[in-house]
Amino acid sequence: MNFNIYDFTSFNQWIDNYLYTSLSPFWALIVEMTIIGLVFLTGYALVGLFLVYLERKVCALMQNRIGPNRVGPFGLFQTIADLIKLLLKELISIKQADKLLFNLAPFIVIIASFLCIAAIPFAKGLHAMDFNIGVFYVMAVSSMGVVGILIAGWSSNNKYSLIGAMRSGAQIVSYELSVGLSLITMVVLAGSMQFSTIVEAQSDGWFIFKGHISSVIAFIIFMIASTAETNRGPFDLAEAESELTAGFHTEYSGIKFAFFFLAEYMNMFIVAAIAATVFWGGWMPLHIGGLDGFNHVMDFIPPFVWFFGKTFVIIFLMMWFKWTFPRLRIDQLLTLEWKYLLPINLLNVLLMALMVLMGWHF
Amino acid sequence: MEFTGTQLMFIIFSAIIVIFSILTVTSRRILRAAIYLLFVLISTAGIYFMLNYQFLAAVQLGLYAGGIIVLIIFSILLTSHISQKFEKVEWKKSVFSAIAVIAGIIVTLTAVLNYQFEANNAITQEVDMNLIGTKLLSYDRGGYVLPFEVISILLLASMIGAIVIAKKGKKV
Repeated sequence: MNFNIYDFTSFNQWIDNYLYTSLSPFWALIVEMTIIGLVFLTGYALVGLFLVYLERKVCALMQNRIGPNRVGPFGLFQTIADLIKLLLKELISIKQADKLLFNLAPFIVIIASFLCIAAIPFAKGLHAMDFNIGVFYVMAVSSMGVVGILIAGWSSNNKYSLIGAMRSGAQIVSYELSVGLSLITMVVLAGSMQFSTIVEAQSDGWFIFKGHISSVIAFIIFMIASTAETNRGPFDLAEAESELTAGFHTEYSGIKFAFFFLAEYMNMFIVAAIAATVFWGGWMPLHIGGLDGFNHVMDFIPPFVWFFGKTFVIIFLMMWFKWTFPRLRIDQLLTLEWKYLLPINLLNVLLMALMVLMGWHF
Repeated sequence: MEFTGTQLMFIIFSAIIVIFSILTVTSRRILRAAIYLLFVLISTAGIYFMLNYQFLAAVQLGLYAGGIIVLIIFSILLTSHISQKFEKVEWKKSVFSAIAVIAGIIVTLTAVLNYQFEANNAITQEVDMNLIGTKLLSYDRGGYVLPFEVISILLLASMIGAIVIAKKGKKV
């Protein structure tokens, strides 16, 4: 066994060989799938809890407060205490609701975000599924989460929930276009939709530098559109608490509410991870083509540190948006997408294609 | 009989497809029918993934599960109330549709069972995205540029139609 924090390929190979030599192929496959599932579930819960803590700390920073500071060092165990509280709360069932769909909705939301994680490369060799259509797969799978929000709003049999669900449906369906198109701009530059190829292609400079003008425009559009797609402020109309109590999850309590909450934070993580992978090189260290000494120094920092570092910088940006900008009105929201972002995005795809054809990128 | 992983997955997926297809047409609540249809479409995507045709699987998920089902649910949300239920179907109608279904099953089964399937030992290949892209826009033999353009004109026409319908009339 050779464990190496710079490259997990041989470690995974070792586990794979061990399982296949000691078990029949069928059971080896089942065991492998179970291990991957457990690792992802644990990671999902831990990252989700940490993000809730981070949000409260960042919010406090923006508002000149201290934030959670009583439970554990720096208040680190605050969210764990909150989780235990949520687990112990009563699950209120509603008489006039469609019970089956009401209970199903949180699972659809959480499964859609869970499916996305499978395609994200965390470090060299730490990659559950390396589809050759990676980017497209993530776009396809993430579009299913909205189904959960819509049926949650409808099956609660509540006006606020229904309005929240309709708003979030309109919002996600519109902003999905911009997310997709800005990713396609980067696919044009990379020449591939496979995440491993995209990361490898950035070994002599991240795409945001390689594609300069066009990449920067695509990155800004991606950040705006993906903040909207994750239903976060300033685009949190679906749960605007001053107008709709809590939007589509008004009627949910206890752990079912926690599922929506967790899925929202994990969607933010996924979006940030994709932005980090496609624009900032994923787990690839900061390399500048030609400067070999500098590149070599950067290689000493392990890839997963790079990946999580970049992801959390982007998450910080998204939290900064939330606590800085006021909420948009629904007509302003749709105008922004259809009259500004979409035309700019379409032109940007053309510009990127022209740049790639003429060789204007690095 | 020893199952392989693929066989087991195929059995699970096809069981889900069969069960939820039946539930889709028998459910008396319209949104539940839409959700059952969603499960059928997702399992179909699962079968495509099993065949290693990932592009089609992602198209299935993105277009049908994420696009068409969302559209269907959206229109249900706008038009129907939660307490609404369809009336029970008359027994005459259900007998007639049962006969039609059984006839359909017999025709399909005889066709499938009479066909001589040959086992193919070739290794399943991933379909290259570049190949799909080039074929879609190629005007050589076997290229699909004409259907591609025809479909885009159809799409444009339907978009203009939608805008004309949605546009408000002249202000009086």
